[in-house]
Amino acid sequence: MVDYEEVEHVASLARVDLDEEEVERFAAQFDDILSYFEALDEVPAVEPERELDNVFRPDEVREGLTQEEALANAPETEEGKFKGPKVS
Amino acid sequence: MSADLNAFITREEIEPTDEGPLSGQTVAVKDNISTEGVETTCGSAMLRGYVPPYDATVVERLKTAGATVVGKTNMDEFGMGTTTETSAFGPTRNPAAPGRVPGGSSGGSAAAVAAGEADLALGSDTGGSVRCPAAFCGVVGIKPTYGLVSRYGLVAYANSLEQIGPIGSTVAETAELLDVIAGPDERDATTREAGAETTYADAADGDVDGLTIGVPTELVEGADAGVVEQFEAALDELRAGGAETVEVSLPSVETAVQAYYVIAMSEASSNLARFDGVRYGRSGGHNDNWNESFAAAREEGFGEEVKRRVLLGTYALSAGYHDKYYKKAQDARAWVRQDFAEAFETADVLASPTMPVPPFELGESLDDPLQLYLADANTVPVNLANLPAISVPAGETAEGPVGLQLVGEAFDERIIVRAASAVE
Repeated sequence: MVDYEEVEHVASLARVDLDEEEVERFAAQFDDILSYFEALDEVPAVEPERELDNVFRPDEVREGLTQEEALANAPETEEGKFKGPKVS
Repeated sequence: MSADLNAFITREEIEPTDEGPLSGQTVAVKDNISTEGVETTCGSAMLRGYVPPYDATVVERLKTAGATVVGKTNMDEFGMGTTTETSAFGPTRNPAAPGRVPGGSSGGSAAAVAAGEADLALGSDTGGSVRCPAAFCGVVGIKPTYGLVSRYGLVAYANSLEQIGPIGSTVAETAELLDVIAGPDERDATTREAGAETTYADAADGDVDGLTIGVPTELVEGADAGVVEQFEAALDELRAGGAETVEVSLPSVETAVQAYYVIAMSEASSNLARFDGVRYGRSGGHNDNWNESFAAAREEGFGEEVKRRVLLGTYALSAGYHDKYYKKAQDARAWVRQDFAEAFETADVLASPTMPVPPFELGESLDDPLQLYLADANTVPVNLANLPAISVPAGETAEGPVGLQLVGEAFDERIIVRAASAVE
């Protein structure tokens, strides 16, 4: 059911590079796991309970991280900003 | 001793800021709970070197309660595992069962308490990750009602399922740690006012006279014979204390593991999208375009189990499959909640073995992910139903400790603490 191309496609959607061996191993394992998930088709219709409500608070300005703190874990920064790869 | 167990990823003391109920006590904190100025890796190479700029709410509460944090404990990568073997920092060994895993994903926390390297510990429980290692290491662990404990500062894996929970050597000590960390937090909108004024440690009085304990047949039938034997002995103890046991049925648990994994993987695929190597974590470099750079960072930073779950979650949410997997899993979740509600019409507490099997041998279970997922059969229904549960030691087999799981109604932690204190 799950083939090599399908695993590669999902990996690209998830932005995770895989080597060939991983793709092959995952294809076999996903087949097992997704077949097991098939049992969900037998779940009867149940009235879902509405239990949670939205919680709101006033949108007030409060102290957050300083710029220095926010940037402290970034692999690369430039002029007080995060530095990322090219967008196109 | 610690070098042998590999229970800690980082050993660093964090001093208390005040005197309180935990003064003089040491607490180990799972490495997916943020500690200001102290490295927090989630057991992943992706976050090696990541130092949070703020404390999780539970860590703030520990410090003001007088506790000394002694380090950050080893765990399955991002909480994804049942053995602590998926950690990028090597497996933790079980001090109560030589050659065997400590359970997971909070295996370092349970091992640290079992070995006396910390008085208490915090874990997180998405599908059993506090209760499983507590059972395998012969200590006590509580998975609180969803919304009782703040998740602010917990690195998210599956938000709709997970809670931070305490681990300790005795029921009373574990419940005391719950007293400290429980209660609403304005920084986590899913916390509730319910339980804010409740105390837990004083409920550990061992009085089960008149209590009705339901035993879901589905959660006992599949368990190992040795585990069932210890479980039955624990029920005998409860009956000797004046409790009555009755059989109950939870037919919905037949699809609970499937529902749990579909929901947890789907939420994980979304939550872990933040790890792109730009704001924190391992960088994928700047030579390629952003998609290639992000995919390279995630290939290098994530281990195999994390990739497996992120990909399966992406698959379950992708066009054409959402209704088949994710929506059906939500139906299965509603069914589990309805089943528990019916069971609590006849029983005050539900009892089962925490894990249907004794601790695995180190390395035994890594090759077959599906078989390992099935070991979560008794713990995941509780997370799907948002309920509180405790695992308390209940004897041993030749392979290691056995845990008794007691499940209560939402925000009824006192009753499971009381029942557990009768068997320890």
